Formats: sequence, C-alpha cells, structure tokens
Amino acid sequence: MSLVLNEEQKMLKTSAKEFLDNKFPLSNFRKYRDNDFKSVDFDLWTEMAEMGWTALIIPEKYNGLNFGYVGLGQVIEEMGKRLTVCPIMSTVLISTSVISSSKNEFLKSKLFSGIMNGSVLICLAHEEGNQHHPENIQTSLKRENGNLILNGKKNFVIDANISDYFIVSAKDVSSSNTILALVEKNQKGVSVNSKTLMDSRSYSEIIFKNVEIKNDYLLSNTDDGKNILEKVFEIARIGYAAEMLGGIQQAFDMTMSYLKTREQFGVKIGSFQSLQHRSALMFAEIELCKSIVLKALQSIDAGEELSKNASLAKAKLGLTYKLISNEAIQMHGGIGVTDDSDVGFFLKRSRVIEKAFGDSNFHLDRLSKIGGY
Amino acid sequence: MFMETKINTDLTSFRIETRNWLEKNCPESMRGPAKDPSQLFWGGRNGKFSSKDQEIWFKNMLKKKWIAPNWEVKYGGGGLSIEQNNILNQEMARLGCRKPHYNFGISMLGPALLKFASEEQKLRYLPEIAQAKIRWCQGYSEPNAGSDLANLQTKAIDCGDHFLVTGSKVWTSYADKSDWIFCLVRTDSSQSKHIGISFLLIDMESIGISTRPIKLISGKSPFCETFFDKVKVPKENLVGKLNEGWTIAKYLLTHERKMIGGVGETDKKESIKDEALNKLTLTNGVLDDKILRSKISEFEMNEHIFNLTIQRSMDEEKEGKNPGAVSSFFKYYGTELNIQREELRLSINGFSGLEWNSKVSENGKLARYFCRTKGNSIEGGTHEVQLNIIAKRVLGLPSK
Repeated sequence: MSLVLNEEQKMLKTSAKEFLDNKFPLSNFRKYRDNDFKSVDFDLWTEMAEMGWTALIIPEKYNGLNFGYVGLGQVIEEMGKRLTVCPIMSTVLISTSVISSSKNEFLKSKLFSGIMNGSVLICLAHEEGNQHHPENIQTSLKRENGNLILNGKKNFVIDANISDYFIVSAKDVSSSNTILALVEKNQKGVSVNSKTLMDSRSYSEIIFKNVEIKNDYLLSNTDDGKNILEKVFEIARIGYAAEMLGGIQQAFDMTMSYLKTREQFGVKIGSFQSLQHRSALMFAEIELCKSIVLKALQSIDAGEELSKNASLAKAKLGLTYKLISNEAIQMHGGIGVTDDSDVGFFLKRSRVIEKAFGDSNFHLDRLSKIGGY
Repeated sequence: MFMETKINTDLTSFRIETRNWLEKNCPESMRGPAKDPSQLFWGGRNGKFSSKDQEIWFKNMLKKKWIAPNWEVKYGGGGLSIEQNNILNQEMARLGCRKPHYNFGISMLGPALLKFASEEQKLRYLPEIAQAKIRWCQGYSEPNAGSDLANLQTKAIDCGDHFLVTGSKVWTSYADKSDWIFCLVRTDSSQSKHIGISFLLIDMESIGISTRPIKLISGKSPFCETFFDKVKVPKENLVGKLNEGWTIAKYLLTHERKMIGGVGETDKKESIKDEALNKLTLTNGVLDDKILRSKISEFEMNEHIFNLTIQRSMDEEKEGKNPGAVSSFFKYYGTELNIQREELRLSINGFSGLEWNSKVSENGKLARYFCRTKGNSIEGGTHEVQLNIIAKRVLGLPSK
C-alpha cells in the first residue's frame, strides 16, 4: 500500500482543517479551560456529526460511511493541533470500534444511529490501576438467579462525565473470561467521580456496586471479549498517536514562528546555530512520526501487523511529543513558562496522552517481546 | 478508472516477471549482504570479477540493461518507469540480491549528466557508465574546502581549446582505481566564492594526475588525495555553463546524500535483534541485559520507521513532490542509524568484536567497520552541515 493519502482522504483532511479553523481554533481551548470545561459544546458536536465524522468507521450496513481509520485519523490529527475538546476519541474511535467488533446486533442497531447523529456518547471504562494494564481486570461479573451483576472500580475513564453509556471490561466470575458490558450512566449502583488532570480535561473514577446488567447489554460472547478488547487497545493507541502527531506539529510550528520573530542581541534568535540544529533534529523526528502514524492507521484498515504498528506508533510519538513540547517551551524562553503562552498546553497534553493505553516505555518493552527478545 | 486498472495489471505482471527472472538469474551466492567491499563489482577499465557467480549475475543484469534500470534506452538504460524501478528494487530486496555493479557514475554523476549535460555528452558518457566500462570518482573536497566546499581553489585556466587544471583534491573515493573523475574547479576567482566554479570531466590517465591513498583509523584506504599538475582537459569536457558549476555540484550532492543515507539500497543488513538473539543469553525469552534490550528496542523502532519514511518519500515523489533539501534529512538520519548500529554491535559482541587481525574475526571486520562508521557523519557533508541545510532551506530559519 502506498504511504500517501488518497484523494478522498486528502479532501477529508482539508475539510476538517477548514471546519476546525472556523469552529474550534486553538484559542477556543483556552476559553473552555477558563470555563472549567463545564461541558463539551453539544451544538458543535452535532455539527461535527453533520460533517459525517461520527459515521466514518461505522459500516454501511448500519448507514455509516465506512470511510476507514486513515480518514478518521486525519480528523483526529487536525483536532490534535487545536486541542479540540470533544468526544471523538471516546465515542467515535474507541466505543464505535468495540461495538463494530461485537456480534451484538441489538446494540449495533440501538447505538449506531445515536452515535452518528451525535446524540449518544459512550466511553470505555477499563483501567483499574495507576498505569495502563491490558489484563488487569478485577471488576467482576457474576450470575445470580439469572441476573448479571457487576462490581468493581475503574480509573482514568476518559469522557465519563459526559457519556450516556459506559463500556466496562470485567471478569466473568465463573469462567474467568473477559466480558465487555454496556452500562447506562443512570443505572442504580453507578457512581462517577470526575477529576481534572494536567491537561485540564476530565477523567473519572467509576464505582459499580451490584449493578444489574441487562442480558442483551453484553458486547462480548463467552470467549471473544479479550480479543475485542486487545484489538480496540491497538486502535486506541494508534488514534492517540494521530492526535499526538497533530499536537507535535502545532507546537513545532509555533516554535519555528517564534524563532523567526523574536529578537535578541539585535538578531532573530532563529539565526543561532544551537537553536537551528535542535530545530532540524526535531524536524527529522517529526518526519518519522508522520510515516509511522500513517502506516499504523493503514494497518487498522488492512488488519495487518496491528500490534507491532500500534506499539511503534505509540512509543515513537510519545517520545517525540515529549521532545517537542520540552523544546517548544525552552525555545520560547520565559514566555514559554507563562500561562499566557499556548505552548504550555501542548506540554501538559503530551504527558497525559502519553499515559493513555501505554506510555513509551510500555510499548518499547512490548516491541522487544513482539521481536522475541 | 479503466486506465488505472490497466496500469495496475501491467505492474502486477511486471512484478511477477521480474520475480521469476531474478529467481532464475541471480546466483545463490549473490544473495545476502557482501562479506567484504572487495566482493562488490565496480567495473571500469581494470574491473575484475571476484567470482564466477558475480560475473554471471552482472552479465545477466547487463543483458537486461538493468545496470542503470531507470535510464532511457538510448543512454544504455533499461527504460523502466519509476513504478517499475521501485518494483525491481523491492523484488531485489525481497530475494536479497546484491547490486550487480557499484559506480559513482550511476549513483551520483549519472543523474547530474541527465539534468545538465548536452545531448552529445549524454550519449558519450552515460552508455559507458550503464555498461560498467568506466569507473568514476568524485573530485570535490580540497584541503581547505571541506565543509566550506565552495572555497575550493583547484584552478582551471582557459587556454583556448582546453583548460589547464592545477591543484589538489582530497577524500576522492577510490581515485587510485578509477578511470575518470568529475571535478569542481575554479574558473573565475574575481567573484564571490559560489560563482566562478565549473564542473569538469577529466580522464584519470591524463598526464599530470597522481593519487596517494589516505589510511583511515579502520586501517583501510577507501579515499585518496589526487593531485593535478597542469593537466590538459579539452573544453568539450565542461558540463553546463562556465562558472555555473555550483548548481550542478549541489544537485549532485543531493544524490550523494541519498546514497550515503541508504535510500534505495537493496542490500539487507543483518538485524541487530537477530545478532543479539544469536549471541546473548536470554531468560524466559527476555535478554538478560535489560539495558541493552531497551537500547536495541529503540534502535529497531527508529530503523523500522526510518525505512518507512524512505518509502513514504518515494511515494510522495511519484505524486510529483520534490524531495529537495530533504535529502539532508535522509543523509543525517541514515548515517546516524548506521553509527548507532555499529555501536550496538560492539556492545553485543564483547571482546571478540574488538579483534583487529585474526582470521576468526575476518581480519577485524567488526572493529574496522565500527571505525569506518565514524566517517559517516563527516563524509558527504557533516551532520552539522546537513542540520544547517534543514534549518535554512526546509524550516526557513533566518541567517541573521
């Protein structure tokens, strides 16, 4: 497969760029933050849905666009540049992928139309510890008198504060199988405790206490829960890498502009060789980032070497986002550490997003394992 | 749509034909990396084959005109399109076929002649290169013109129907084994240093040329000093316009950078991972040396993604995007990875990797190659020069 976007994907990227420049420029992020992110802008989300973004990876059979992950990745990358606050990751990238992989036709027809028109928001509740752990699932599902009962505690749940449903990973007490269950936010026994992390966004702890799961609300059969979850983790890693690519480019571009305008010693600071060489090194790393993000997105659509590409993308982008966000601040000098400057936003986002679905150390270790050493 | 489908079908059949042909015509011993540079065939007036298989492989490829597969047929090339040429490279890489012939005439001079030479010059020089009859070397650097290449002082004085060339060049790769040299000379000293440079082709058998090998820290001598003492060069050997050679020089350098950076290379290197697995101890499938393990992991990640980036750049080129100054990025990153690779190999191989003379170490192959890589970040423009070019030409950072 050619490592370039096709014409349709290019068009989607351009239209995402234009739409977001208009509706959610970077300056909007500051407004949202200063307003404590009381809520996402649902009117904006509806407009994004009208653009078709919520339908990009939903199969045609359910009236979706079946446009593919490469396309969705372009939208996410553009959002990464502007730090757009919306449920694209939780609802569109991750939850839609779970539901698509599931064999539960009832939930597909129940949820897809709402996801597409923007009225239904869903998030994945998986993490339980302080670091990403694919297999650490203490949350339990047991059968009592024909009822399914969920108990447990989830951490670091992205967008739980605005979601209508949670997709919860749990262990079936009798079989030890991994189960994916859909829970409504207002169900009895569900309590959500939201907190804000460094990137100013909301993450939640959710406690499930004897929550009754409807029989047709299971997204996995007896034995496919683990596989669905693993595949969705890979997709999430690659999706977040696409967001990181956006943030990296934006922070870098802002820094290059600054080097071309800021003067000290009577010259533009961008004329200093020490800054030029570090800038060139960053350029080189960004070139690599572009290649692996596109390759990884293509590998979701093609279903090839998904794990390796996901870890390559998440590890490389995590390391590079760190490098670029650090250098962006250093090269901005004093202004870089003030809240007035936007570059700090990228530093804060980079560290939070690196933790999502495994940081660079996690994925470098995983690459060794995949390589058999 | 129909056209596109037809082209795709044609390319698919080209791939199948190429694959079959290579499988039949590339001898087993010509697959996999060469053990030593002496196993590569450089051609030229004194070119010798190091084995029968090498001769067979070269002659088979020559018959196909695949020594310069993407040059036009009238210039001795195979006339392949970019797509077909990529397929040939991919299929050669798949089988591990070694390049049948190495020549700076193909990787560097050829592209420059195709772009800047007169039709007469193209017809004279290119077929000789495509048939490996003439081996070329590059006369660029001088004792006082290294990173500051445009400071070169080798003079060519206009004597009517010929130039008289006097001066010295340094770092001329294999000058002692080459037949012709493409040279940057100063034809006007009255202007600023970038103006007044001309691009000359000179027969190494001319009277007044002498060479002296330079011994490197690896103990080997791939480079020479080359001296010109009133060497008579016919006027028709001037490529492009008088005093405008710098443009050609820069264009040629982008090809040199790509070559050094490994772009389009088909020879496979043994992976560091495999070398570690062969030579180091593991417990439960995990290398015991955890710190080395994480270094290998990061190296393998960057190497893999760098190769993807080469592929992406070629795909973008097909769409008409000009790689331009990005060749500096490939030169920088490709050589940096090469340097890191040899450093890791020293870590993996322990004391035995440091042997300098023994037979078992193939005359200190590893240690000597490690030393050789130290030149990678210097030759063809230092790391620092490449970073300068990226900063100025790609990022547009100011000079003042």
